[in-house]
Amino acid sequence: MAEAKKLPVPQGNPETAPFWEAAKQGKFLIKRCTACGEPHYFPRSICPFCFSDKTEWEESSGEATIYTFSLMRKSPTGPYAIAYVTLKEGPSLQTNIVDCDMDKLKIGRKVKLVWKPTDGAPLPFFTPA
Amino acid sequence: MTIKGKAYIAGIYEHPTRHAPDKSTAQLHAEVAKGAIEDAGLTKADIDGYFCAGDAPGGLWPMVDYLGLKVRHMDSTDTGGCSYLIHLGHAAEAIAAGKCSIALITLAGKPRTGPMPPRAAGAEVDFEAAYGATTHNAYGMCAMRHMHDYGTTSEQLAWIKVAASHHAQYNPHAMLKEVVTVEDVLNSPMISDPLHRMDCCVVTDGGGALIVTTPEIAKSLKKPLVRLIGHGEAMKGPRGGKELDLTYSAGVWSGPRAFEEAGVTPKDIKYASIYDSFTITVLMQLEDLGFCKKGEGGKFVADGNLISGVGKLPFNTDGGGLCSNHPVNRGGMTKIIEAVRQLRGEAHPKVQVPNCDLAVAHGTGGLLGVRHAASTCILERA
Repeated sequence: MAEAKKLPVPQGNPETAPFWEAAKQGKFLIKRCTACGEPHYFPRSICPFCFSDKTEWEESSGEATIYTFSLMRKSPTGPYAIAYVTLKEGPSLQTNIVDCDMDKLKIGRKVKLVWKPTDGAPLPFFTPA
Repeated sequence: MTIKGKAYIAGIYEHPTRHAPDKSTAQLHAEVAKGAIEDAGLTKADIDGYFCAGDAPGGLWPMVDYLGLKVRHMDSTDTGGCSYLIHLGHAAEAIAAGKCSIALITLAGKPRTGPMPPRAAGAEVDFEAAYGATTHNAYGMCAMRHMHDYGTTSEQLAWIKVAASHHAQYNPHAMLKEVVTVEDVLNSPMISDPLHRMDCCVVTDGGGALIVTTPEIAKSLKKPLVRLIGHGEAMKGPRGGKELDLTYSAGVWSGPRAFEEAGVTPKDIKYASIYDSFTITVLMQLEDLGFCKKGEGGKFVADGNLISGVGKLPFNTDGGGLCSNHPVNRGGMTKIIEAVRQLRGEAHPKVQVPNCDLAVAHGTGGLLGVRHAASTCILERA
């Protein structure tokens, strides 16, 4: 029997603290650069595209599609589905697809954000929409 | 300024062990260093440059001291499995600039005996650590998307393992010497979709080392002359999540840089050492280096095209990481070593490529589906 997965507690830092504070309120934030207009994730204070420091927090819809995934068939905590999903707002991010029949996952399938608790701020996961 | 022809590989050594519970990691570094120095016909006192990566216990300070080296140039660039390909390029730069004249590069470790120390966390840690990215599923995600975009099949990937096994049967040190079929690969257990167990490389203890030197010194030694004529390095990651594309690697940048410096094209290459952490790694890198068009790697590797004496592009004639050796989960060193054996004419007669005068050694390091580096070395028989 696999042990239940204990999620790591986000440590946070001055640059990412607003993300984790919002997460505690159930809000999923991405960053957008007001100089070049590009959104990005995970959040940086300086835009990774144009290197402007004019980046602002923006709430994401949490709506996404599966870009790719792989089913890890065995692990100490049981099987799991790792994936990259692409947010409606643009950026793709690494996550797990949870609370679903993993054998039915497909590239292109619509998924939505779901928070999973830790001993600190919750962590963002995705589940079929 | 170019490194073309400025540095020669005068010594190589691959540790014959695949399981070394009775040795220390530093000891394995010393044994491979000794092997490469003796292969070159030099002594330890001749070494004036040293290169090691994250597998060297404690890094440069303890290693230079432990080995008893007196060096005037050192470099501990760590880009995972391709570190040693990058070291070769950097050693050539240092030699061309006169910063050292005889460089030693070592790799060794014991992942089969015990777990490896965890990698230090990057800025992404809070946003990724919970999701369980491993080598298997990070490469699985690349394979999954490659199949989706280009129709690549598990049968095509299996041919890469089949070719490696055909070569490994002649390597007395190979961990897996049995010739396998496409069906064997497809029938092996699924590890992380769509990668089966036989799509994965072996885990071995061991190591390898190189001696890199000036043209003048190489010519004064007794080994056949092998020189570096082109080198490239690059890095790729999700970069803020914009236009994510896991179907290509940083090899799309390192490869053209190396070929341009060398003044040759993939068509000229007689033998290819391609990092084979997984079958998908080989397929993507062959495309990225320009051996075939993007998306046509599946067709290219099928039907034995990578088998020496059978196909158009003999690859990993030692059996590679898929069958022979993958010391410290880092495949770049053994890629260079087998390429040098081919150029020297020292490969096993059953897999030696006739008149092998031009070879490529290429690898990636890190996680292909997350963040990775790539490095390409073009090697020539002088």
